[in-house]
Amino acid sequence: MTEDTYIQIRDLHFSRGQRKIFDGLSMDIPRGRITGIMGPSGTGKTTLLRIIGGQVRPDSGQVLVAGNDVCSLSRDELFELRKDMGMLFQSSALFTDLSVYENVAFPLRVHTDLPEDTIRDLVLMKLNAVGLRGARDLFPSELSGGMARRVALARAIALDPDLLMYDEPFTGQDPISMGVLVSLIKNLNLSLGTTNLVVSHDIHETSSIADKLYIISDGKVIGEGAPDELRRDASAWVQQFMHGSPDGPVPFHYPADELVYDVLGDAAP
Amino acid sequence: MTELLRALGISSLERLRSLGSATIMWLTAMAGLPRRGDLPLLIRQIYTIGVLSLVIIVLSAFSIGAVIALQFYTQLARFGAEDAVGLGLALVLLRELGPVVTALLFAGRAGSAITAEIGLMKSTEQLSSMEMMGVDPLHRIVAPRLWAGLLCMPLLTAIFNVVAIYGGSVVAVSWLGSDPGGFWAGMQDTVELWEDVGKGMLKSLVFAFVVTWIAVWQGYDTEPTAEGIGLATTRTVVMSSVMVLAIDFILTLGMYGDFK
Repeated sequence: MTEDTYIQIRDLHFSRGQRKIFDGLSMDIPRGRITGIMGPSGTGKTTLLRIIGGQVRPDSGQVLVAGNDVCSLSRDELFELRKDMGMLFQSSALFTDLSVYENVAFPLRVHTDLPEDTIRDLVLMKLNAVGLRGARDLFPSELSGGMARRVALARAIALDPDLLMYDEPFTGQDPISMGVLVSLIKNLNLSLGTTNLVVSHDIHETSSIADKLYIISDGKVIGEGAPDELRRDASAWVQQFMHGSPDGPVPFHYPADELVYDVLGDAAP
Repeated sequence: MTELLRALGISSLERLRSLGSATIMWLTAMAGLPRRGDLPLLIRQIYTIGVLSLVIIVLSAFSIGAVIALQFYTQLARFGAEDAVGLGLALVLLRELGPVVTALLFAGRAGSAITAEIGLMKSTEQLSSMEMMGVDPLHRIVAPRLWAGLLCMPLLTAIFNVVAIYGGSVVAVSWLGSDPGGFWAGMQDTVELWEDVGKGMLKSLVFAFVVTWIAVWQGYDTEPTAEGIGLATTRTVVMSSVMVLAIDFILTLGMYGDFK
């Protein structure tokens, strides 16, 4: 693992029941850069983030995060490592019994001994960054999905982690919020040198900020490189995904019998 | 036949796995004994689990005490032994009904709430997000509830006993006119601190351990869906109730010696 690599994944295998999610997946996530991971639904992008965070154990393979083998860390070591990670969940996962302010203050209160005044300043700065300083007294049940996602982002960056993982950060955002989020991710990366890992379907937004993209399908990496390189990639798989074509080697349908047999049964010709 | 045995084997293995996981969860959660910073979490759970259960405990205790006194008085008055109502009431409550009914009420009110709350936290990924923040949910969410249950149940049982005896005295003494001296003196002379009060409290502690363990585990292990949470909540109440009644029989057998 080189100095420039923050996360190294080698020969990752993971199955859920009979279904193979990863079949020898390998990746290098560069330190201090924005890396996008894209792929069709159900390819295990969220699972990959959970494996990197040590919440899911793979069947085999190696996952090194900042030089630590996530799969062989003890429970305590894993919790220690996660203090340097921030993750934005697809569902936001805000604590419903805490206000917006308290949600963002939560990691600061748990992991630091900062005085209340400093915590207040930090929380307001983080909320200001996502445009929700005025919503600090609201509760999660009073927020829209997009607002909740932004609060979750403020909470994820509260401790200024080395690694930020975003699970579908742009879903459900209005155009203005989306633009703000895109520039926020970029600015965080530029100002703090944070390593960013963005799992997303939004090709345009992700390509606009990512230094490197991975496209995964069928448990393997089918394309990797800078966004411009991938747009020029000759692979039919990569082209289909980058242009959002329904026809191509990546199937739109989940494996099933022909429609005619399902509908007509024995009467099918 | 082979299929039946196979299904039985799979089911048994699954139950063993679940029991093993539940034990690991309990040990891991309790291993981090409450530290000074955890006090607000514990106090909050004591309020949610204990204080908010007070209304149902007090109302039920008063009714049960009143009903037992009424039944005892009706029967004992036929033999002119109505003075023994206080004694009988105290022994029944302290040894059996106090711990058992409190545990059943606790399972229905607090146990189901614990399961639903933790289950919902799991289904909305709040537990996962806590883990990813480097905060152990076993320490932050599970442990305070286990400790609060262990602290609250014996106290609720004590309150239940006191209120039920008061309810009995209202019926037997104030309403039916039983001699107050006989009612209270019979109790004072016969009830023993360890044999009756202490062993009842010990039962309550065991029930607290069982009910909170089941409630927390059902929430922690639930299928993160609406149906899963509903089933887990039901399982908490059913399993806790059955376990409390079964364990009560075993404890009574062990505590109160030779029945032959």
